[in-house]
Amino acid sequence: MTARRPSRIAVVGASAAGLSTVEGLRRQGYAGPLTLIGEEEHLPYDRPPLSKQLLSGAWDTARLQLRSADDIEALGLDLRLGSPAVALDTRRQEVALADGSRVGYDALVVATGMRARRLPGTEGVPGVHVLRTLEDALALREALAAKPHLVVVGGGFIGAEAAAVARGLGCGVTLVTDTAQPMGDALGDELGAMLRAVHTENGVRIATGVLVDQVITDGGRARGVRLADGRILAADAVLVGIGAQPNVEWLAGSGIPIGNGVQCDATLYAGSGVWAVGDVACWPHPRTGEPLRIEHRTNAAEQGLAVARNILAGPELATPFDSVPYVWSDQYDLKIQIYGRTRGADEVRIVQGSFDDGKLVALYGKNGRVCAAVGINMMRALRGYRAQVAQAAVLDEVENAA
Amino acid sequence: MKISIDFDKCCGAGQCVLAAPEVFDQRDEDGVVVLLDPNPPSEQEENVRQAAAVCPAAVIKVEQ
Repeated sequence: MTARRPSRIAVVGASAAGLSTVEGLRRQGYAGPLTLIGEEEHLPYDRPPLSKQLLSGAWDTARLQLRSADDIEALGLDLRLGSPAVALDTRRQEVALADGSRVGYDALVVATGMRARRLPGTEGVPGVHVLRTLEDALALREALAAKPHLVVVGGGFIGAEAAAVARGLGCGVTLVTDTAQPMGDALGDELGAMLRAVHTENGVRIATGVLVDQVITDGGRARGVRLADGRILAADAVLVGIGAQPNVEWLAGSGIPIGNGVQCDATLYAGSGVWAVGDVACWPHPRTGEPLRIEHRTNAAEQGLAVARNILAGPELATPFDSVPYVWSDQYDLKIQIYGRTRGADEVRIVQGSFDDGKLVALYGKNGRVCAAVGINMMRALRGYRAQVAQAAVLDEVENAA
Repeated sequence: MKISIDFDKCCGAGQCVLAAPEVFDQRDEDGVVVLLDPNPPSEQEENVRQAAAVCPAAVIKVEQ
């Protein structure tokens, strides 16, 4: 077994998942050479606040830093920030960086995450924003300071949160989404309709069930968007929040299986001494075999720790990654929390509270079994349903017990 | 072992309560963490370190 224990480990990606991996390795006793490679210049920082406290101005940039410089120093890393990995040679066990340097490894962890998806032809167009990095958020914050009319393209987490913040800052906001309701993908139509009412009460204009054709420019600057049904929405600024795509291009030709992210086995191992963690990792559900790829903050931390453990355990003792996905969203005075996976749910039952109370817990069911629990302003109560989500409990029994 | 918490940054995820229920709880009204025991016994150390590692807002600091 000891012969298999790697003597040099490299982690590519210095955000939440990469940080969790290197911390996990050190905590579990790995004292050998450990390289952390990051595309961005910054020490690891947290992304969920980008569309919340940082955008609103409640927090400054320093509050986003996940660990102090001293804490990072104490990890004893070969830290390579500001130079992305550009190629992987699994035969020679080397990562090539953009600055021309190479990093050798026995075990490699891919934690390269995602980048914001853009509307075609909008990259670099003044007045068009995406929201994925610290620089993105600071640029949008600066734009919102002039109280523009903001058109938000996309009704997911980023779009809905940014719309709420922009209203709070006094901007006019129109939100456009191709789903039937804002956050419809994550919450379904019933709770999505409730959320829509809150956004409307707060002055957000909403267009649902319609795609955006293109950003309209005037003098090279964004002036609005044209919808697929021909309508034109005027804007001084446009935020495109239409999801993200995995950063896997640098793995081309490496032999690492790429599909919807990095294709891993149940232990998050992708073969050839390579593991993947966080948003970029796709792995089969330990019980159903269904491929999963989860873009949540907590998943990044959990997978980093799991892969650190699996690398050090060796192949015979590596264990499948299993967790209950968790994500939250803050909008106005709503705190929305989700355990499990709501997509594919065929029913929704509110088991505590109600929307009129301003707080509730809803169970999402699929084929009669609990697949997710959603809470609005009911954190402690919601946590009580996590076990039922984990067990995929029979919905009727859980509801009767509530 | 000594625990300190940046309460203002807590996002109320409750991951700490799942990792170390004897050390952490959440406030009813907003889910913000409640530190039940700022100096927990050493048998709680692994749980507490796990809680700090999975906290999505990185608000839990553990010192010896």
